[in-house]
Amino acid sequence: MSAPSAHPPLSAPLIACPECDLLQAEPVLAPGETARCLRCGAFLARNPPDSLDRTLAFSCAAAVLYLIANLNPLVGLEMQGRRVEVTLVGALSGLWQDGMGALAALVGVTALIFPLLELAMILVVLLPLRLGRVSPRLAPPLVPFFRLVLSVRPWAMVEVFLLGVLVSLVKLSHQATVILGPAFWALAALIPVLTVAARAFDRRLLWQARHSAEVR
Amino acid sequence: MRESAQAGLTARAAGLLSCHVCGQLSGRPAGGWRARCPRCRAPLHPRKPASLATTWALVLAAAILYVPANLLPMMTTVSLFDSQQDTIISGVIFLWQSGSWPLAALVFFASVVVPLLKIIALVYLAISVQRRSRHRLLQRARLYRLVEFVGRWSMLDLYVITLLVALVRFQGLATVQAGPAAIAFGAVVVLTMFAALSFDPRLIWDPVTDSSSPPRFADHA
Repeated sequence: MSAPSAHPPLSAPLIACPECDLLQAEPVLAPGETARCLRCGAFLARNPPDSLDRTLAFSCAAAVLYLIANLNPLVGLEMQGRRVEVTLVGALSGLWQDGMGALAALVGVTALIFPLLELAMILVVLLPLRLGRVSPRLAPPLVPFFRLVLSVRPWAMVEVFLLGVLVSLVKLSHQATVILGPAFWALAALIPVLTVAARAFDRRLLWQARHSAEVR
Repeated sequence: MRESAQAGLTARAAGLLSCHVCGQLSGRPAGGWRARCPRCRAPLHPRKPASLATTWALVLAAAILYVPANLLPMMTTVSLFDSQQDTIISGVIFLWQSGSWPLAALVFFASVVVPLLKIIALVYLAISVQRRSRHRLLQRARLYRLVEFVGRWSMLDLYVITLLVALVRFQGLATVQAGPAAIAFGAVVVLTMFAALSFDPRLIWDPVTDSSSPPRFADHA
């Protein structure tokens, strides 16, 4: 593939701080070390130890938990022998029918879709690497997808959502018996697993696939 | 002076562009400024384009909507005999009176304090950048990081409403509907998050690094 040759990447190991633009030598990191900007203290890079296997393990666990969390009832109410349960999707469709489409979209995107996108991105990068089948043809079309996921990352808010579940349960707890569904526990487990997976993920891998595709 | 220790060569001063998405550093292309990152193909620019103007517009819109978000009812509960309207504050008071004061404090913090502080902090950052202030650089950089980190927790109340609407509706004895404040509040959260994302923290440091002061809104200089 032809690289855009008008402005090739520099060979000198320099990086610019993403928050203050200061040029500094790209730090050589031992596994587990984190580099911060010399001037403003912003996060620069991390060298996660044993990144590939750890990230894969945690993201596979997260994928399973994500499925459980969205296919099962999240919470339920029991009152005078009657029992109702809702899933996240059920709650969203209820809000949609009430004419609150904008709100339903906002909640659905931040609690349901964006976390899934990030998980999908990690798995799409790592599974071929682990299996040793990096497809040179697949890498370039994925670049816009990675860029999208990186820019929507601040909008994935599973942990805030879980807290929202707790607050709404407390609000209802004196009117009816509240039941925590399997999805609640799956969600509670998903948050640390997803955090660890994202921390262990080495973002340089995102662009390596493309790079090696171009070299071939 | 302390400032001189903080001055240093920036990518822009060195004629380089750092990709705002993937961090790749590249040389500036010869012709024109519509460059794209050689690694991830994102558009390249030395500073976020029209950063201050965008931040101002979004913050002002959020500040205006903050008023109806707090005054109008967030949700309406209709049961067989009466209907009750709850604002954000009355929801907090309800939680407090039902004995769960840690949650009451949490909701108050996430829904009332955080959006307000975010608006104030972004206004302060925008003004100080516009005045090319050289004071408290590190504190302002940290303030920006805090604003970015804490903003997401404001979504809390919207999630609570989503679940309350669903649970109470299916239970059948009463209905809960999201009120007009829910839309206004959602807009405040989204607008302040976009405002924080459009603000370029590099602008905080520009007065100390580029002594040959470029014009104020120089984004593609």
